[in-house]
Parts: sequence; C-alpha cells; structure tokens
Amino acid sequence: MKNLRLPLFLLGSLGGLALAEDPAMSAADTAWMLTATGLVLLMTPALAFFYGGLVRSKNVLNTMMMSFSALGFVGVAWALLGYTLALSGEGNFIGDLRYALLSNVGLENKGAIASITIPHLLWMVFQGTFAIITAALVSGAIVERMRFPAFLLFITLWSLVVYAPIAKWVWGGGFLADLGAWDFAGGTVVHINAGIAALVAALVLGPRKDFGRQAILPHNVPFVLLGAAFLWLGWFGFNAGSAWAANATAGLALANTILAPAATLVVWSLLELSRTGRVTAVGLATAIVVGLVVITPAAAFVAPIYALAMGALGAFPSYFALLWRAKSGLDDSLDVFAAHGVAGMAGAVLTGVFAQESVNGLFNGLIGGNPAQVFVQAFAVLIAVVYSAGMTFLLLKLVGALIPLKALPKEEGLGMDVTQHGEEAYTSGEGAILVRSEAPRPSAQPKPVGGTD
Amino acid sequence: MKLVVAIVRPEKLNDVLEALFRAEVRGLSISRVQGHGGETERVETYRGTTVKMELSEKVRLEIGVSDHFVEPTVRAILASARTGEVGDGKIFVLPVEKVYRIRTGEEDTAAVTPVG
Repeated sequence: MKNLRLPLFLLGSLGGLALAEDPAMSAADTAWMLTATGLVLLMTPALAFFYGGLVRSKNVLNTMMMSFSALGFVGVAWALLGYTLALSGEGNFIGDLRYALLSNVGLENKGAIASITIPHLLWMVFQGTFAIITAALVSGAIVERMRFPAFLLFITLWSLVVYAPIAKWVWGGGFLADLGAWDFAGGTVVHINAGIAALVAALVLGPRKDFGRQAILPHNVPFVLLGAAFLWLGWFGFNAGSAWAANATAGLALANTILAPAATLVVWSLLELSRTGRVTAVGLATAIVVGLVVITPAAAFVAPIYALAMGALGAFPSYFALLWRAKSGLDDSLDVFAAHGVAGMAGAVLTGVFAQESVNGLFNGLIGGNPAQVFVQAFAVLIAVVYSAGMTFLLLKLVGALIPLKALPKEEGLGMDVTQHGEEAYTSGEGAILVRSEAPRPSAQPKPVGGTD
Repeated sequence: MKLVVAIVRPEKLNDVLEALFRAEVRGLSISRVQGHGGETERVETYRGTTVKMELSEKVRLEIGVSDHFVEPTVRAILASARTGEVGDGKIFVLPVEKVYRIRTGEEDTAAVTPVG
C-alpha cells in the first residue's frame, strides 16, 4: 500500500489548483481490485490448509477452523469498527469513528482517507481481507492447545486493538508514515505484527504437553504444499492489489512477487542440500512463504533484479531462526515468528537497502544513495515490535482473566477436534450410533458383555 | 513363554514404548484398533446429525516374552499407560505353545530373547 502522506503532501505543495482535483472512477482499476480482493480473501483458507497439514490428525479441524473463523469474526469486527479505527481521520495514532458501522462508506470513489479510483466500499473490504489474514496467521503459534472460545475472543479483540492502530500508523497517515518509513503491502503491519504476536502468544500459553517429550510430526504434507500454492496465488492480490489500480505499479509488484519467492526457494534448497543432503517438501513450502513475506514491503519499490536479491538474502535469517527455534524450548508450534516475524523484519530493512526512486518514483534506499532509509525502516520495525508484543501480552492476560486460555492436558491428549468441536477429520463412522433426540438418555445403550471396566 | 497383549490409549503409546525400552523389552508389534471399554460416550455432530461414538481409537501391543520378563513388561505398561480415567485399557497375559525366530530357526525362549 502506498504511503498516504506522500500524495497528501504533494497535493498540498502543488498549491490550491491541485487540491480540488479528485481522480475519476476507473473501470479497469475496479475490475482488478474486485479480483485482488477475492485473491487476498483466498489466502486465509489457504493458510488453513498450510497450518492444517502441519499439525497432528487429531487437531487438524481445530487448526483449520482458527483460520476459517477469522473470516467471520475479524471480518465483522473490521466492518463495524476496525476499518474506521485503522483508516480514517487526521490522527497520528488512531482513526476516528466516521466510518463506524459502515456509515459514510459508499460506492463513490470519494470519502476514503486515500485518493482512490475504485468504490470506497470495495477499498474497505480489500483492506479487511488483510486484517483477516493477519489475525489468522497468529493462530500458528498456539495450535493444538488453545481453547477455541478463548481464541475467538482473542483474535477479534486483537484485530481492533493491535492490528488497527499499527495499520493507522503505517497506512492511515499516522506517525510512522510521517517518519518516512515505507511498507508497500504490509511487511510491518501484517507480517512483523503477526510474527511478534505469535511469539508472545506462544510464551503466554506455554508449550503443548507433548512438546519436547515426543516427536510431533505433520500429518499431511500435501496439504502444506497445497496451502503454499494458494498462498502464493493469493499473494498476487495482496501485493499487486496494493497498487489499488491496474497499472505499471501492479505489474512490477506481481513480477516481484513471483521472482522473490523463486529466489528464496532456490537458496533454501541449497541450504538444505548443504546441511543435510536432502531438500524437503515442508522446507520448500516454508521457503515460498518466507520469500513472499520478504518481498511484501518492497513489492513495487525495488527493481526485479533486487527482488531476486531480497528473496535470496531473505532465506538466511528465517532458515537459521527455524533451526534455532526447533532446539529452543519455545513452542511457536508452526514457526510463525521465524517465517513471518523474522522474514518481515528482513524484508522491511532490505526495502531500505534496495529501494530506488528511479523505480518507485517515491524514495531512495541505500543503493539509491540514501543509507538513512535503512535506519528509518528499522525504527518503524522496532515500534511495531514493541507495540505488538506489549498489547498482545496485555490482551491475552485480559482474555485469560475472563475465560481459560488453555485446554487441559487430557483434552490435548484426546485431540482438540473432539474436545473443542465434537467432530473428527478422518472418521470411518464405525461405532457411531445415531442420536434421535438431544435429551439425555442415561444408560440407554447396553454395554457389551464383560466390558464394564 | 507368554504373549503379553496390551490395549492402550493412542496418546499414551509414546510413553509406553519409552517405558518398555527402558525395561529392555525390545521385540514388539503394534496395531491400531477400535474398541469399547466402558468410557463415557463422545457425542459428535455433523450438520444436525448427532451421533454417539461408541468405539474409541486404541493401540494394541503384542509382546512375546520369556517367563521372567512377564513381570517387568507388565509393570512398565501399567506405570506408563495409566491416566486414571476410564478407558486406560487392559493387559492380557496369554500362554504361548511355541515360538520360532524365522531368521535363525531358534525356538521358544531363545526365539524371544533379544539378540545381544
């Protein structure tokens, strides 16, 4: 997403003549943004498959539902309150209530905080799909143990008190935008934010009862690959859609969204080959996500050749963070911090290295002769990290004071699908007896002879 | 020789294997089974169809042991498979008429003694 301060600032400096000029509605832009919105929405079910494949079969429904439920709970919260908190008003820290309950969000291309050529309502839902995937990303740290009602309350509130303010600071003309920090499609707002929140959530919840005691293996690696494929596809909407137009910027963003993960995949493969002699499927699926995260803040700010460089360089910090995490006592179960937090930080800083004004028309990074940009980017990262960590911690303590956060060890043992949802992913139906009425029928079922332990 | 057949909870299998290996019981087979041992029924709902799941997932271990190994084997399973809730499973100790080790043709106690 573009830095909103710049267009506003430019308009101001051009004097009175430009101020009244609103861009016209564009059919081409609207058509692309209709598509892009659908693509970004698809990322959340894709994430459900990515995460679902990585957990044990007794927890796959619970894990997938954490992503799917974000579509509803965060989607509704965004429409009613999150959008106006994130993307309205002149404030530096939080929006006002002018769009609360979707008031003043119309079909004109006017009235939004940014200058757009598509219906305001479409822009609102496009932004909403980002809030949804960000909240869903956090779930990877607490799978296989967090009680479902507590999770629902947590992510709904999280999207309002953590996501919305950070979106305001970076994209809503807030103080990080004023500072000159750039985040094209959400490296800081989405990925660093989700990665840090995940880290804090893993620490607050504590590890799974089996963590470090027995091997916990992915139950369906093809699901993981399927998820990675659809995440990549959806990411074209995420990055190229962040141009808010069917134009050259979108074309550059899409090309870079193909090139960077490709480079990460190659480097990741070589790292695996050199360390273990084998390239793994879960490794490659992870590499694709890492490459996508790295290029997100820079998607339309860097030349394609530097997108390749960013993807290649971005493989290293996440690869070694994953190795470290597996040996540490930290049960960030699906490595949200290593894949999104670390790669997000790498991407944000590398944006400050490789951005060129000749490419983006907006600002230079280190190679464009502006080394200070690296520090500005790093400072924005630091602010996001501190806020996300602090607020996520407080929020989990609050939710934990209202309802229990963690399932009992016995429930973990039986599996979250059965204990949280009363469903199983892979059931044969053998031994299932139809219940015709919901009324309790004590000892209506004769026990098999000799089996009354 | 005896055949020790144990039915345990799947989530306790790792603990049981660990305890058996610690007790130096090395030859065993496992299979996934479904059974009913008087546990409280699980109620599941699929789009308005409510069912009681009468069968629970269990793991069956089969361990052929020489007589003086019966006691440690059973003790290891008892200690490691127990949660205290209904549904922890059973251990059966059965007499065995004859055992052969296929690789060497050894019989009986020699056939169930792990290779040094």
